[in-house]
Amino acid sequence: MKMALFLPELFLLFSCLVVFLLSLGNPAPRRVRNITTGLVVISVLACYLSLDMNGELFYRAYRIDLFSQLFKLLILGGLALLLLFSTELKGIRENTRTEYYLFLLLSTLGLVMLVSCVELLSIVVALELSSFALYILVPMRDDHAGLRTQMEAGIKYILFGVVATGVMLFGMSYLFGLTGSTYLNEIVPAIANIGPTPAVVVGLLMVMGGFFFKLGVLPFHFWLPDIYQGASNETTTFIAAIPKLGAVALLIRVTGMAEPAGDSVASVLAVLAVCSMFYGNLSALVQKDIKRMLGFSAIAHAGFVILGMITLKESGYAFAIYYITGYMVMNLACFLVICKVSSQGENILVSDLTGLYKRSPILSLTLTVGMFALAGIPPFVGFMGKFMLLTNALENGFLTVVILAALNTAIAIYYYLSVVRVSFCTDQEERGPLTVDFSTKLVSLALMLIIIAMGVAPAGMVEIAQSAVKSIMM
Amino acid sequence: MQDFLIMNSLGFPILSVLIFLPLAGSMLLFLLPSDGGAKFWTLLVTLVTAAISLILYRDFNTGTAMFQFGEHHAWIPMLKINYTLGVDGISLLLVLMTTLLMPLCVLGSWRYIKTRVRPFMFCLLIMETSMLGVFMALDFVLFYILWEAMLIPMYLLIAIWGGPRKVYASIKFFLYTLAGSVMLLVAIIALYLENGTFSIPMMMGNGYSSAFQFWVFLAFFLAFAIKVPMFPFHTWLPAAHVEAPTAGSVILASVLLKMGTYGFLRFCLPITPEASLALMPYVLWLSVAGILYGGFTALAQQDMKKLIAYSSVGHMGFITLGIFVFNTQGIEGALLQMINHGVTTGALFLCVGMIYERTHSRELAVAAGVGQYMPVYVTFLAFFSLSSLAFPGTNGFVGEFLILAGAFTHNKILAACTIPGALLAAAYMFRMLQRVAWGGVNNPDQSHLSDLSAREILTLAPLLLFVFWIGLAPKPFMDIMHTSVAHLIGQVEVAKIQQSAAMLATLVP
Repeated sequence: MKMALFLPELFLLFSCLVVFLLSLGNPAPRRVRNITTGLVVISVLACYLSLDMNGELFYRAYRIDLFSQLFKLLILGGLALLLLFSTELKGIRENTRTEYYLFLLLSTLGLVMLVSCVELLSIVVALELSSFALYILVPMRDDHAGLRTQMEAGIKYILFGVVATGVMLFGMSYLFGLTGSTYLNEIVPAIANIGPTPAVVVGLLMVMGGFFFKLGVLPFHFWLPDIYQGASNETTTFIAAIPKLGAVALLIRVTGMAEPAGDSVASVLAVLAVCSMFYGNLSALVQKDIKRMLGFSAIAHAGFVILGMITLKESGYAFAIYYITGYMVMNLACFLVICKVSSQGENILVSDLTGLYKRSPILSLTLTVGMFALAGIPPFVGFMGKFMLLTNALENGFLTVVILAALNTAIAIYYYLSVVRVSFCTDQEERGPLTVDFSTKLVSLALMLIIIAMGVAPAGMVEIAQSAVKSIMM
Repeated sequence: MQDFLIMNSLGFPILSVLIFLPLAGSMLLFLLPSDGGAKFWTLLVTLVTAAISLILYRDFNTGTAMFQFGEHHAWIPMLKINYTLGVDGISLLLVLMTTLLMPLCVLGSWRYIKTRVRPFMFCLLIMETSMLGVFMALDFVLFYILWEAMLIPMYLLIAIWGGPRKVYASIKFFLYTLAGSVMLLVAIIALYLENGTFSIPMMMGNGYSSAFQFWVFLAFFLAFAIKVPMFPFHTWLPAAHVEAPTAGSVILASVLLKMGTYGFLRFCLPITPEASLALMPYVLWLSVAGILYGGFTALAQQDMKKLIAYSSVGHMGFITLGIFVFNTQGIEGALLQMINHGVTTGALFLCVGMIYERTHSRELAVAAGVGQYMPVYVTFLAFFSLSSLAFPGTNGFVGEFLILAGAFTHNKILAACTIPGALLAAAYMFRMLQRVAWGGVNNPDQSHLSDLSAREILTLAPLLLFVFWIGLAPKPFMDIMHTSVAHLIGQVEVAKIQQSAAMLATLVP
């Protein structure tokens, strides 16, 4: 066993330990933040260096390949950007900030391990590690208004999460019962032998349920808007952007197994995708709380990502990876603005953004770029991602799905645009200008650049994603 | 290389330079120390772009219908998307019009824009990049990206620097155009699956099945008809025009609307000729409806900008009429009229902007009788109004005459129905001119108004030059388009023959 393969994870674990030791004392929040950010930046570098590594660990339950390493890099990169701009951590009680960082790192560790797991039970363990940390993060909010919505959100999150895990475990028991193995690379040929029996289809779909939960696809979406609204802005940023990468990685692994049962799984996925889009977009239309709105829009975007999987083809998976990466960046851009506009960590209504372009031009520009990108308007990454997914789906004969998805794009524009619209409205009583610190400015510029660069020149990212997908389709 | 593309042999990629020069210029804007500097810089960038575009005119070969000055690079290889550029006789005039208008837009906003000058100029330059790209793109994805990307700067132009109802107008403009384009995207993907390429010229005349053509045509039509805008899809236009700043109105009227008619010429006719032929009567009668509706509504306006905006609906009706009669005169007239409308309506919006800068109102009643104190202004306005109502000797006459001639060859009843439209144009234009030049007994006191400054004369004079140049000697302009239009007609004729052959086949078993 070459532990060098495990180095990025070990470093992350070490980082958790450092933060844990810090939490025992009474450190200045600034110092904790700087140390955590530094550790995460180093782990990004470690991941980048390990991008080409290959190998198996822990009795073949843990695989290191381009696919897993790419996702690790994206997850840690996203976390680094998030830490760089959420400098103030306004929404978290001052005496628990060190612990906040600890659980943030633990949840990331769970995700980072999740994308490498190729055995059912280790998948569950990694997924639960990341989820449990989040169950703790959600109620950690500093509640100025005393509404205690964060408690309600936390309880909902746990309850739905446990149900989703239950469904997933049940599905796994099906797969184990049918194939006699918990290793993905043994299950795949066994399924191919059994063929598309109902048990296989149901088992696969139930396993996917656990990841649908993380991603917010329709029947497992109930938690999402409430948790987005109830958790602090910083926590929501994390939940909105980063665990989705892990979910997509595992969904690709599981749908990759579904080839023999392709037609039935694909048609179920297609229905879920379309329902998610309609449900998410139509509900988002009427939201006033911007985090809640983005929550519903996340359900719609989850539907879009699924479009990459219904084709059960390498190219579709690659486009899904491209899309979810872009989605993470767009979300970070939008939530950056939300975190900064909120003065005490309170929730932001759409109307609170009124006159933003007078208060802070750079924030309003970031918001505009982020929202236009989410809406799928060229030349931003959101458009390119949707375009690729739609092309791929149409190429495989999903004409109706594509037309419905295009229709959804048109619906979604309305609420994204309304956010941009209010930021250019002048309001009656002028609010003071917003000061934005240097590192936030830098991150927002970087996010905008990534959104444009990925949209204009997607070839590089798609190529990497394609070779990553190839590395798991043996 | 592809046989539809004559590669660029100028020693530098002229089309890419034209597209990216404004973009590069926009990047440097924020490094400039002052707003005044930003204006001069933008003017310089647009002037250099215009100067470079004249090389296109100089070196353009009018003897071929192929795309010239071509550039071809792989862009997104996994989807066979390329960066392909080229211009032919149909797009060259529009490219030239765009580059030549932009400096005038900068000049027209010199005083008008007082706040956030640098972002404004930034938006103008980004607009120029995407507009030029739309007319040059020969790859459908490239085209679509630029076509949509242009919405963002235009949205910002209206939403930030617009009039009192700017937010309403900008969002309406955005939603309308975008809703139309979404289905265009699906059609583009469908065409890609049929052809295995996004190359526009390779999609032309491929003989798709009738049902396929029908659906693709409908998607095209929705997107382009909204952009034009054709009669029932026009409601975003008056709102956007009235609220947009002067430069925004000029760009909207002169270039953006042309993108719709350009879409009809470039995509509908060659790619879906059979569907275009089959649905032609509906489009023609919609055009006639637009001509009459635009005329009557313009007649009722008190706001000068609204008046010109509604007159645009009518004029654009003439253009779609010319396109869909499918004969040489009609299409050449429509193409010329696209340029004419760009020149004339752009100039009229600049004129309204000049009044607005002085009186802070666009009401006819407020502007009544300014002729007494602004003789130079009224002279310009008079010539542009005459051009707008197609007075002989001006550019509008040549274009409208050709379109009507084409329409009469096609269908006499249809053509006769458009005559009241031409009369209406005279009525509303003369009404405006009369009020502005002389007004009546209730003229407000305008003795404080100053006549046009040298800068303003410099803004309008080039447009006036084009009014008479095209009006008196349209040959150089017509020469550019002849071969390409003939080629286009050829493509539609083939479909006509195929259609009648198919009909014969059903009749004779």
